[in-house]
Amino acid sequence: MKARTFWRHIVESLKSIKRNGWMTIAAVSAVAVTLLLVGSFIAILMNVNKLASDVEEDVSVRVYIDLAAEEEDQEALQQSLEDIDEVETVVYSSRDDELSQVIGSYGDEFGLFDGDDNPLYDVFIVNTAAPEVTSEVAGQAEDLSYVADVNYGGATADRLFEVMATVRNVGAIIIIALIFTAVFLIANTIRITIFSRSTEIEIMKLVGATNWFIRWPFLIEGALIGFIGALIPVSIISYVYLSGFDTLMTYLSGTYFALLPPNPFLYQIVALLLTIGVVIGSVGSSLSIRKFLKV
Amino acid sequence: MIEMTNVYKKYPNGITAINGLDVKIDQGEFVYVVGPSGAGKSTFIKMIYREEVPTKGNVKVGEFDLVKLKAKKVPYLRRHVGVVYQDFKLLPRLTVSENVAYAMQVVGKNPKTIQKRVLEVLDLVGLKHKVRMFPNELSGGEQQRVAIARAIANMPRVLIADEPTGNLDPETAWGIMDLLEEINNHGTTIIMATHNSDIVNRVRHRVLAVENGRIARDQEGGEYGYEG
Repeated sequence: MKARTFWRHIVESLKSIKRNGWMTIAAVSAVAVTLLLVGSFIAILMNVNKLASDVEEDVSVRVYIDLAAEEEDQEALQQSLEDIDEVETVVYSSRDDELSQVIGSYGDEFGLFDGDDNPLYDVFIVNTAAPEVTSEVAGQAEDLSYVADVNYGGATADRLFEVMATVRNVGAIIIIALIFTAVFLIANTIRITIFSRSTEIEIMKLVGATNWFIRWPFLIEGALIGFIGALIPVSIISYVYLSGFDTLMTYLSGTYFALLPPNPFLYQIVALLLTIGVVIGSVGSSLSIRKFLKV
Repeated sequence: MIEMTNVYKKYPNGITAINGLDVKIDQGEFVYVVGPSGAGKSTFIKMIYREEVPTKGNVKVGEFDLVKLKAKKVPYLRRHVGVVYQDFKLLPRLTVSENVAYAMQVVGKNPKTIQKRVLEVLDLVGLKHKVRMFPNELSGGEQQRVAIARAIANMPRVLIADEPTGNLDPETAWGIMDLLEEINNHGTTIIMATHNSDIVNRVRHRVLAVENGRIARDQEGGEYGYEG
């Protein structure tokens, strides 16, 4: 295509947007409302997902070291724990550390067990690479020598992982369903605006325009409508997320929960919404004019 | 220039509109196409700019063989055949000058040439002062003039006019007729389907009478021949 012709298509699509007035406004608002819905749900569900992961990450395997273990036995045990593939970190916590944690959580009365009366074990706190392998790692750790006991929350933790997996799957399904709805609604609105212009397309064909000559301005117009329509939810979501993030994070400080930071999460949502708007706008409009081109 | 040999056209609904039609029209002729409604006039006209394709037979327009012409190539044929419709078929969202310019942009002419030619043809049809108006702000006769200006903008070798005066009052119709005469004088073939006996009888040209899907009468300088 000649640059001149392409420039002409851009000018033509801008003119058309202006002259279509209410049709343009209707299409832009349909895109805006749909994408606002999609964007908000994605923002909420992704954060729920993030909180779920935070909960899971907090689950670790506690490996109690046999009292009979000498120092080199402990080192050997730490080495073999670290050698397990799925293990990410192994942190040593002595019985004294353990006791002071208990005292910290449950009260000074437990100070009575200080020193040689301490009934607790030295512990390796093992963090796994992925939550799902926790029980497997626990099983492997149990077979190692000088291991008195292994604890990872057992059934409770397994149940937690199950619930989290469901939350994740449901969230993914909702997001996919919403994106489909958005695609359908936007494409449909654009179809309706183009339907009203079927005679126009027919006339263009009759004066000798090629299909692509007719299609380009419609395609650009659709992309612009999608883009403008996406800008509105993008600015609303950005504003709400940025101010909501600061407020909620003050509440969450001190816990191991955190929301997804705006950078890069917000930028990803913005990019996604703009892409959906532009792609559906342009593809939707060029598909809609297809049947009118057969003159 | 335009040649139809043994042409048949049967529509999917079973109606046979053209039934063994033969005709040859030379470059620069002015031809009236007359005949009762439903006799196949419209189908005959539409086959020249390939809005309809014959079921059987051959249609040649210039170097284009319309039966073999691929759908993708149809736009290029239409650039050589200007068409003026009874209902004008102007683009409602474009101004007068933009409507004429559109037909030239399609061909990829440069903006300067387009601007010059648009003013030239609008001057010819006497609408130079209304270039910025939209079609719905014009009278029927004026809209038809814009349609003619658009049809001749690319200097087509053939201009087809399908009942160009059908929606117009007699005086306006004569104005359109003068315009077509002038375009014909510049060497453009004009094929005009009409029901206007007054025009056919007063401005004598070759008359093709279409009846039952055939040429029933082909007479140089003939009369309209039907009850007005």
